[in-house]
Amino acid sequence: MSALLQVEGLAKSYGGVHAVRGVSFALDAGTILALIGPNGAGKSTCFNMLNGQIRPNAGSIKLEGQEIVGLPPRAVWRRGVGRTFQITATFPSMTVRENVQVALLSFHHKLWAMVGYAGAAHRPEADRLLALVGMEAQAERPCGELAYGDLKRLELAIALANNPKLLLMDEPTAGMAPKERVDLMRLTAKIAREKGIGVLFTEHDMDVVFEHADAVMVLNRGELIATGTPEQVRRDPQVRAIYLGEGLLYDAKHREGSAA
Amino acid sequence: MEFLLVQALSGLASAASLFLVASGLSIIFGVMRIVNFAHGAFYMLGAYVAFTLTDRFAGPLGFWGGILVACLVVAAVGALMEMLLLRRIYHAPELFQLLATFGVTLMVEDIVVLIWGAEDLMGPRAPGFTGAVTVFGRLVPSYDFLLIALGPIVLGLLWLLFHGTRWGVLVRAATQDRDMVASLGVNQKWLFTSVFALGVFLAALGGALQIPRTTVSHAMDLSIIVEVFVVVVIGGLGSVTGAFVAAILVSELNAFGILVLPKISMVMVFLVMAVVLVVRPWGLFGKPEGTPRAAAGLSIRPWRPMSALERMGVAVAILVAASLPVFAGNYALSVGTEILVFVLFAASLHFLMTVGGLASFGHAAYFGLGAYGAAFMVKFLGAPMELALLVGPLLGLAGAVLFGWFCVRLSGVYFAMLTLAFAQIAWSVAFQWVEVTGGDNGMLGIWPSKWASSPQGFFWLTLAIVVIGVGVLRMLVFSPFGYGLRAARDSTLRSEAIGIDRKSTQWAAFIVAGTFAGIAGALFAFLKGSVFPENLAIPTSVDGLVMVLLGGIETVSGAVIGAIVYKALAIWLMSKTELSKLVLGGVIVVLVVAFPKGIVGFLEDLRHRRRRPPAPDGAGPEAAGYVAKVEAAE
Repeated sequence: MSALLQVEGLAKSYGGVHAVRGVSFALDAGTILALIGPNGAGKSTCFNMLNGQIRPNAGSIKLEGQEIVGLPPRAVWRRGVGRTFQITATFPSMTVRENVQVALLSFHHKLWAMVGYAGAAHRPEADRLLALVGMEAQAERPCGELAYGDLKRLELAIALANNPKLLLMDEPTAGMAPKERVDLMRLTAKIAREKGIGVLFTEHDMDVVFEHADAVMVLNRGELIATGTPEQVRRDPQVRAIYLGEGLLYDAKHREGSAA
Repeated sequence: MEFLLVQALSGLASAASLFLVASGLSIIFGVMRIVNFAHGAFYMLGAYVAFTLTDRFAGPLGFWGGILVACLVVAAVGALMEMLLLRRIYHAPELFQLLATFGVTLMVEDIVVLIWGAEDLMGPRAPGFTGAVTVFGRLVPSYDFLLIALGPIVLGLLWLLFHGTRWGVLVRAATQDRDMVASLGVNQKWLFTSVFALGVFLAALGGALQIPRTTVSHAMDLSIIVEVFVVVVIGGLGSVTGAFVAAILVSELNAFGILVLPKISMVMVFLVMAVVLVVRPWGLFGKPEGTPRAAAGLSIRPWRPMSALERMGVAVAILVAASLPVFAGNYALSVGTEILVFVLFAASLHFLMTVGGLASFGHAAYFGLGAYGAAFMVKFLGAPMELALLVGPLLGLAGAVLFGWFCVRLSGVYFAMLTLAFAQIAWSVAFQWVEVTGGDNGMLGIWPSKWASSPQGFFWLTLAIVVIGVGVLRMLVFSPFGYGLRAARDSTLRSEAIGIDRKSTQWAAFIVAGTFAGIAGALFAFLKGSVFPENLAIPTSVDGLVMVLLGGIETVSGAVIGAIVYKALAIWLMSKTELSKLVLGGVIVVLVVAFPKGIVGFLEDLRHRRRRPPAPDGAGPEAAGYVAKVEAAE
C-alpha cells in the first residue's frame, strides 16, 4: 500500500532565491511527522504548496496515489486535507459554533442552499467537534472575542470538519502559553491516532516536537538535511550545527579562556 | 491628416488640467490611502476663486498672480478640511472616507451657488495668450500650447520636489511604509496635512487654468471627478507618472472618440478603464496593494434571526404601513411609495456591501437597468405592467451577471472604482443611444395597469413586492449561502481552505443584489411613469450608499431604516430649503464622524450595553476582541 502523502522533488524559487528545493518525503496514515528548521528555512512555503496555496515550480505531491499539484486549496480540501494556519484564520463575525457549521455545510455540499437557517444546520456534529477540542462550553460565544489559545483550538475543530485523512498544521502552538501548547498537541496526537489521520506539523517548540512526532524532518535553506526518528535527529551533528551554531567562535573563546 | 493633428493638440491641452487634478488625487492616495472624492470640489473652488481674483485685478500680474493666490487659498481650505475632518477618520474603512469626502462635495456645490450664484461665469482671457496660432491652416488657441507645455513642466517639478527635497523623500518613504516613517520620529500629522494641501493645490490649479478655456459652473466638480478617477485608476493609484500618461490617454480617447464613434464616445474611456482593471488591477504604473480594510465584518456581535417579539414588531409595522392609504393623501402616498422603492434598493445594496463585503459605487446601474427593462417591455413590446415588472428586472440581472463577473475579481477601492466605471458605461449608453432610450429626454408614459393605477393601489402593490423582496434578502442572509458569503468576506484564506469558492459565491451575491435593485427600478419606472438616464447615475448610487451607512453597515436590516429616514429627510429638505445639498452633505459628514455604526447599529449598541455590563477591569468584549485581533496579527 502506498503512503498517504508522497512528496517527490518539490521545488519553489522566487526570483533567484530557492525557497524550497528537492524536498521528498512520505507520510503514512496515523503517523505524526514534524517539519522543523530555522526561520526562513522554507517550512511555510512547503506547507502552502501542499495545500495548493502556492504552485510549486517542480515536483509531485500525491495524496493516496493521486496527484494534487495544481489544484486550488478548496479542491485539495475536498480530497480530505485539513489545515490550520500559523496566524489563525477564522470568521470573527460568527459564533464559535457557526464557524464549525460553515465548514460542515461546505463539507456536505450545502453552501449553495438559499433557504433554511444555517445556524440550525449540523448542530450535533458541530457540537461534537467542539467537544473534541474542549470548546463546547464556548459554542455560543462570538468568535471575535476569543483568546488566542481558544482560536487555535477552534481552528483545529474547523480543520477536522471534513473528516480529513491528512492534517496540515503550521505552527499549531505559536503564540500560546506553555501549558496550552502541551495540551493542544496531546489532544491533536490523540485525535490523530484514534482516527488514523496523518499529521504534518511545523513547530519551533522542541518539547512539543520530541514528545509527539513519530518522525522529524529538518529543513534548512530549502533543503531537507536530516530525516529520522526524534532520537536520530537529536543526535545529528548537522542539525546541532544549525540550531546551536558551528561552535567556531564559542569553542575558540573557551579554548583561549582555558589557556589563559 | 491636419485635422487629426489639431484634434490631437486639443486633446493634449485638455490633458493638462486632468493631469494636474489627477496627480493631486494620486499623491494624496499614495501617502494617506484616502480616495478624496472632494477633489473635484477643490478643482471647482479653484476655478471660482480664480475667477473672482482675476476679475478684480486686471493685467498680466493680476491674472497670473490671481491664479496663484486662488490656488493657495483653496489649498488652505483643503488643509483645514484635513485637520478638522480627515484626521478623525484615518482609521475608518475606506468606504467611510469616500462618503465623508462626498459629503463635503455636496456641501461645496451649494456653498458655491450661495457665493457666486447659479449662473455660469465667463472668465477673462489669459494676458499674452489671447490669440491663436495657425497650424496646418487651422487655428489653435495659443493658450492651448501653454497648457500642453505645462503638463511636462509640472511633472518635472513634482519629480524634483519628491527626489530633491527632504520633504519629498519623507513623502516617498511614507508612500511605501507609513508606520516606519512615523516610528522614525517624523510628525505624521503635519506630513499628511502638507501632502493634502499640495494635492488640493494641484486640483485648484487645474481648475484655475480652465477659466480662459471654459465657463465656470457649479456642476464642473462631478464631471471632472469621474474622469479623474478613471485617470488615476488607469495610471495606478499613487503614481504621478501614471497619472500623466493616463491623462493623455484619456484626453486623446475623448478627442478622437467623438470623431470615430460619436455614438459611444463616452463609453470608450470607461471600457479602457475596465480592461485595465481586469488585466492589471493596480493600474499601468501602480503597485499591487495589500489587503484593504473591509467596511463590514468588524463587529464581533454575531447576527441572529429575529426573536418572536421582533417578528411581531415587524408584522405590526407592515400592518401600519398597509393601512396608510386609508388616511393618507395622494401626495403622502406617492412619497411613501418612493420610500418603499428605495427600501428595496438599499436592502439589495446592503446585501452586497454588508453580507458580501463588496462596497459597490455603481449599484444604481442595476436599478436603472431594471427601470429601462420595464420601459422597453412597455414601449417596444406593448407589455402590460404585470409582465414588465416580471421581465424588466431581468435586464438588471443580466447587467449584474456581465459586470459582476469582472468586478468580483477585484476588492476594496478597486472594486468600488470598477463598479463605478460600469455604472458610468450603462449611463453613457442610456444617455447617448437616443434611438432606443430617448437619451436625455428619457422614456415617458410607463403607467401601471388599471387596477394599480390609483396611488392607493400602486402603494399596496409596491408594499407587497418590497416586503417580499426584503424578506427574501433577509432569508438569504441566514441561509447557508449567506453564511458562505460572510465566510468569504471574513477570511478569504480560511474560506478557501474549507472548500468555498470566493469568486463564484461573490458573483452570485452580486447577481442577487443586482436583480433586487432591478425590481426596485422597475417599480420606480411605473411610479414615475418615466425613466431617465439619471436613474443609473452616480447620485443614485451614492444615495444607496448613504442609506446603508445611515441604517448601520454592521446590522442585518439597518438599510430598511436608513432608506426610510434618508429618503424622507431628502424629500422633506427638498421642499423646505434651497440648500438641500448643503444640509445633506453636512448630515453625511456628521454621520461618518459621530455615528459610524448608523442608527440601527447605535441602537443595538445601547441595547447590548444595557443587557451586558462591561467587564470589571473596564475591558468590554470589544476590547477583548481587539486584543485577540492584535495578537493574531503578530
